[in-house]
Amino acid sequence: MAAKTLTIDGRLVSAQSEQTVLDAAREAGISIPTLCHLEGVSEVGACRMCLVEITGCPKLEPACVTRVVEGMDVRTGSDRLHEYRRMIVELLFAERNHVCAVCVANNHCELQDLAADLGIDHVRYDYLFPLLPVDISHERFGIDHNRCVLCTRCVRVCDEIEGAHTWDVAGRGGNARVITDLNQPWGTAQSCTSCGKCVQACPTGAIFRQGSTVGEMERDRSQLEFIVTARKKKQWIV
Amino acid sequence: MDRLSFATVWLGGCSGCHMSFLDLDEWLIELADRVDFVYSPFLDVKVYPENVDVVLVEGAIANTEHLEMIRRVRRNTRLLVSFGDCAVTGNVTALRNALGGAEALLRQVYQDGADVQGQVPSETGLLPVLLDQVLPLHAVVKVDFYLPGCPPSPDKIRAVIEQVQTGGPPQPAGGEPKFG
Ligand code: SF4
Ligand code: SF4
Ligand code: FES
Repeated sequence: MAAKTLTIDGRLVSAQSEQTVLDAAREAGISIPTLCHLEGVSEVGACRMCLVEITGCPKLEPACVTRVVEGMDVRTGSDRLHEYRRMIVELLFAERNHVCAVCVANNHCELQDLAADLGIDHVRYDYLFPLLPVDISHERFGIDHNRCVLCTRCVRVCDEIEGAHTWDVAGRGGNARVITDLNQPWGTAQSCTSCGKCVQACPTGAIFRQGSTVGEMERDRSQLEFIVTARKKKQWIV
Repeated sequence: MDRLSFATVWLGGCSGCHMSFLDLDEWLIELADRVDFVYSPFLDVKVYPENVDVVLVEGAIANTEHLEMIRRVRRNTRLLVSFGDCAVTGNVTALRNALGGAEALLRQVYQDGADVQGQVPSETGLLPVLLDQVLPLHAVVKVDFYLPGCPPSPDKIRAVIEQVQTGGPPQPAGGEPKFG
């Protein structure tokens, strides 16, 4: 494990060679906004919130899937990055139906928090207002596609931690949806063990415990990290 | 500087933003000493006047009456504040948008959803006609400042009014803007 030295926002930072720019930055106390990233599961680079500028690199790179390189010079917070991040979050709001005031995740939502952190006070794009289903066929949980941002955190916890692979993504572009088993009602998906890991993983109000009303869906992500640490390092701590 | 002429308008919303405004309690008495309160659901004034300095507009644009009103408000006002989530995002008022246009909506509610003798109300001239889509204010007119929240807290409302009174354009105040 060779150590690499790089510069992030003008600060010299050292990191292990297999670390990502996101890991290195966070270890150094530099925060980069993320949405699809979840501690304990693989990275997919789906949301592009973590885009950073790297000197000598013509395009922006997602910090969560970019390995550190010796001598790398990274900027995490320029005006250009801020503008792109705003755009991404505004587009997520415009694409589906987010009504925070009546959402189960109100005040406990990573999308809502990102909007607040970025100073978003309105969405400049036309809202699409798609007609999307809510599936409450599972006996304990529900999935509201109006709130899904397609981060695939549910897909990855279910596959990589639980080993069930109940969740997947069907369709493309604006028609993409998370599905259970062979695109059937969640309650009839035989691979689902009802473990609730997807409920802990979901960043928004999309996956919820039934019976939760406005603002009641709080999650405990540390449970996921606990399992992963225990399995990989045989350490029963978070 | 002359006294500010100040108004509030209530369109397609639940009046919760106006309730939050009322939660400014005794500060409202101070406000009344310092501005000319020229139009509001709290006042018995029928027509939105001309030359208004600042207006807080609550609610989304849901029908033809709202549409006419917001255009008049824009013409007659220097600084228009989009007041609360319904004005800023459409929010709960816009929940109906996914169900289709006005006709489809009325059919689903009054015909398909009725237990007995379902029929779409057809009397004209009684109620303002629904628009096919509920829209946030900035989709219809230019908005000068956004104050999201469902409702925005009294502190945030007060911060905006105080900034406008001192002459400057309002800045985001009282913490980050937040939906919900
Ligand atoms: S999922 Fe988050 S952003 Fe979307 S409506 Fe719910 S609280 Fe708001
Ligand atoms: S349901 Fe939740 S966790 Fe799954 S993709 Fe949608 S937002 Fe992400
Ligand atoms: S957190 Fe890096 S792309 Fe989503």
